[in-house]
This record gives sequence, structure tokens and C-alpha cells, in this order.
Amino acid sequence: MTIRRRIAVATIGFGATALAAITFAPLAGSTTISLSRAFDTSRPFAENVDAQIFFVARLPRTLAGALVGAALASAGVMFQGLLRNPLATPFTLGVSAGAALGAMLALTFDWTIGFAGISAVPAAAFVGAGGAVTIVYALATGRHRGLSTDVLLLAGVTLNAFFSALILCIQYFSDFADAHRTLRWLMGDLDVSSYQPILTSLPLLAVAFAGFAWLARPLNLLSMGVDSAHTRGLDTARAQRQAFFAASLATGAAVAVGGPVGFIGIIVPHLVRLLVGSDHRVVLPASALFGAAFLVACDVLARTVIAPVEIPVGVITALLGGPFFLWLLVRRT
Amino acid sequence: MLQGHDLAFGYGATEVLRGVSIDVAADGFLGILGPNGSGKTTLLRVLAGTIRPSRGRVTLDGVEIRSISRQLLARRMAVVPQETRLSFDFTALEVVLMGRYPHLGRFEIEGPADLAMARDALTATGTADFADRPFTTLSGGEKQRVIIASALAQIAAPGSDPSPGFLLLDEPTVALDLAYQLEIAHLLQTLQHQRQVAIVVSTHDLNFAAAFCRSLVLLKQGRVLAAGPTADVLTPELIRELYGVRADVRLHAEAGHLVVVPIAREGDARR
Repeated sequence: MTIRRRIAVATIGFGATALAAITFAPLAGSTTISLSRAFDTSRPFAENVDAQIFFVARLPRTLAGALVGAALASAGVMFQGLLRNPLATPFTLGVSAGAALGAMLALTFDWTIGFAGISAVPAAAFVGAGGAVTIVYALATGRHRGLSTDVLLLAGVTLNAFFSALILCIQYFSDFADAHRTLRWLMGDLDVSSYQPILTSLPLLAVAFAGFAWLARPLNLLSMGVDSAHTRGLDTARAQRQAFFAASLATGAAVAVGGPVGFIGIIVPHLVRLLVGSDHRVVLPASALFGAAFLVACDVLARTVIAPVEIPVGVITALLGGPFFLWLLVRRT
Repeated sequence: MLQGHDLAFGYGATEVLRGVSIDVAADGFLGILGPNGSGKTTLLRVLAGTIRPSRGRVTLDGVEIRSISRQLLARRMAVVPQETRLSFDFTALEVVLMGRYPHLGRFEIEGPADLAMARDALTATGTADFADRPFTTLSGGEKQRVIIASALAQIAAPGSDPSPGFLLLDEPTVALDLAYQLEIAHLLQTLQHQRQVAIVVSTHDLNFAAAFCRSLVLLKQGRVLAAGPTADVLTPELIRELYGVRADVRLHAEAGHLVVVPIAREGDARR
């Protein structure tokens, strides 16, 4: 099959899956709603419970899940390609730990001032992610020409541990309610209950996804090794830098919206590769679409398994992802 | 013509190349010999433009390669490393198609012409049968031939472009058994003859150099010890100076080329 057809088949197949998930997810939940009543315009919105549940609670949550899932899954592909390591995740390089630190500072100290209509917690999370990215990048480029992926990896892992220690420390000294809210945020929560965070993240994600498309073929070359990619005509230092920032941007935006939902960035790319091969021009769009479908489906599970009690969606993805990750490790050796 | 002029390079304080000049003719089959740490791999990396020399310059047909774009340079010059490990599983055909990278625009997709060149390169290297097999499942010799095919696809010019390509190989047979070594060597010879590809190969294998290289450069501690036609350079005296090994060099009647038989390390009392 030519590459053009493979891209088309994967995009249509996974696109249909994502569309189906996004269509059915708002209908599932502890309260049964009817689409026809929700879209019944003869009744005023204030009196239309079905419409309220559909448009205020479930639709934004579903859309947030789709965006976060797409961003984390494709960022996972990018980081795995950049680090030449199939076990890398969007959180390997400390982006999520930086975001978590920012979010918890906003939660603990009750920062209320956001900017440009964004509330404080996602804004602080995004700034924290940016801080972590800056530190890791400065370390990895400091003494090398170009980007050292080894230093990148080590710096990221160390920063993760350091930020986690800071988080625990602040949590230890904060009161019970704040600690609980932080913990809840760390588990991943797609209950955005408005369209604002989605709209705010859209331009950021658009830039990141454009970067992913631009870098798909360079990532193929990088999987042969940096020198081999270079002698095949790729400006490797620039491609690595672009991949690092595009993937970090997507991760930061996704974590600001939904918290650090784990394992999406590793399960989805691996399942997709099993189905479509390794060419990043196929894997990237397929992972984004399947990531959207997967997280939306996980969120439906989270809302319905023991309804009316909700399980944090990050717990569901971790329960599915942990064993899957171990299976991958064992399979590889 | 690929030329290095007075090249120097160091990793930190360690000087690896100390003023090396080298000429590769467009129809050349040049071997680079030298003991471990003599700078063979570094010289190849400098010639390929992968690392910049701290002194001196590399020119391709008289033009300094630093002023040639990565993309244009890649169309003329391909490198085959000692070993290639993929971080993801691509098929052999996909690996060969990666050689077409410098010929395509950013969002351009490999067309029928690119696919034909890739298939042709697979056939030329005898790897057409496993075009669709995952690269990681191939044996060492098969992998090396697929990488050579990828390099061929990279420097293959469409139509009547007369500029010859350069193929730089870093100890391409080092991990291979005797049969594969011969196979790769014959493959390189065929490519050089039939496709007018200039070949530069670093090697530890003196008999490979004796049988296939038309000219040699001997590197010792980052300097050129000797350079010239193989028969002039591959002498017992120079081998002793290069490796500290006493060796016998003579013409093998049946093989039709020089053979080198190492006899003893210099100062070794046993003989």
C-alpha cells in the first residue's frame, strides 16, 4: 500500500472511531438524557434539564477529553521519536511535574487572578510546564552544540523527582482541603464545566499539531540515529529542537486543561504502531485520533462504572496502562 | 572530486586529526587504513560534514561543503555507518526510501520514481527479497546491504545528472562473517564499476584493502603516514610502521592481487 493510502486509511479509520466516541460519550452517564429533548429549542434553556446536562456538563467534558487525549497521545509519539526511546512518555522530561507544581501553588495559595479570561489553576499549570521545559532545555544545550538527548532524559527524570519532592513538601504543610484538591488535580480531571479552557488551549494545540505535521518525516529519519539522519540531509539539531518544543507545548496545554492524565502517551502510540507500522506520517495522525477516542471512552468508564460516584479518569488510564506498559517491557526483552 | 585539505579535529583536548589531506577521485575506490584511534572514523565524519574540522576544509568539486546546503550535499554523498540500530521497526523498503529524503519537499510524498529507485537499489544489493521484512529481523549482513541500498537510493540522480555520487563507509564489514565480508566487498566493487559511485572505505582488513581498494591512505596518530596506489603503499615496511607488525606481502597467483600475512608483533621474540 502506498504511503498516501496508508495515511488516508488510518485517518479515516481512527477518525471514525474518534467521531463515534465523541458522539456517544455525552449520552452516557448516571442520568439518562434524550438527544431530541436536549436539542428541543421550543423549551427555554433554563427549564431544559436535558439540554443543560448535554451542553454544560457532558459536551465540554467530552471535547476536553478528546483534545487532551489527542495532544498527549501525539506528544508521546513525538517524545519517543525525539529520544529514540519507545518507552518515553509526554511526562518523561518533567513537563507534567512543572505543571503540577504550578497548579498546586495556585490551589494552595488560592490564586484567583488569571489572565485573558483563563482561570488561575490552568494558567499556573501552563506556566509551571513552561518553566520545567526551559530548565531541561537549558541543561541539555548548555555544554553541547545541538541538543543532547541523553542529558535531556537525565535532566527530565531528575527534575521530575525534584518537583515531586517540592509538591509533597507543600502538600505536607497545606490544610486538608487544599491537599485533597491537589491530589484530585494530580489524578487528572476532565470536568472542565465550561468551554473556556478548551477555547484557550485550541490555538496552542493548533501550533503544536502544525509542528507535528512538519516534523513527521524528520522523525522517521531520526529513528536511524542522529548521524544517519544528518547525512541524509536533515538539519538534526533544528529538528530535535522543534520536536522538543512542539511536543512540550502540546503536553503543557493538555495538562493545563485536564491534569496529568497518565499512560495515554504510551498506550496509544504503541497500539497504533502495532496496527499501522512505524512511519510517523501515519502514526502521528492515527495516534492523535485514537488518543481522542481512547480518553473519551476512559472518561465514560470513569463516570459510569460505579455511578453516581466518579472515578478520576487518570486512575482508569493508569489501571489500564500500568499492566500494558509492563507487557510492553516484557515483550521487548 | 572530494578533497580534504589540512584537516584537524579534536574531541576536547584530545587531538584526533592533525593536518590530514586526502583526495578522492570521482571514480575512486579509496581505503583508509590505520590502527584503532588513528582517526579513521573521525576523518570520515569530517569528510561527510557531520562534524566541522577545527582547521582545514573539505571541498566537493572545488566548492567548500560548508557552503553547500545539507540537502544538496546529501544528494551527492551518502554514509554507511558501522552499524545501524533503528529505534522503531521500519521495513527494509521503508529504510531504503528514507534515502530519498533530500530529494523531496517537506510535505512531498515518495512518488513512483522514488519507489522505482528504491526497488532498483534493493535489487542492486541483492535485498529485493526482503523488501517488506522488518529491518530489525534481518541478519547483520542483510542489514548492512539494506543500508547500502538506502545510500544508493540517496545519491541516485534522476535522468541524466552526470555528477557522480560519493559513498563513505565506516568499517562496513567489521561485524560480518567471511562470506558476508566478500559479498559486501564485491557489491561495492560492482557499484563502483557500474554506477560510477566513488567509494571511500575505512577498514582494519588489510586483505580487503589489498583486493579491492585502488588507492590507500594510511593514518597514524591523526597524520597521513603514506598515500597512493595500493601496490605502492601496502608494503611490509609501511605495515610495520603503521601497526608495529611484521608482515609478508606477496602477489597471490590465483587471487590475482596482493595478500598480507601478518607474522609477528615487532619485538616479539618468538620468530
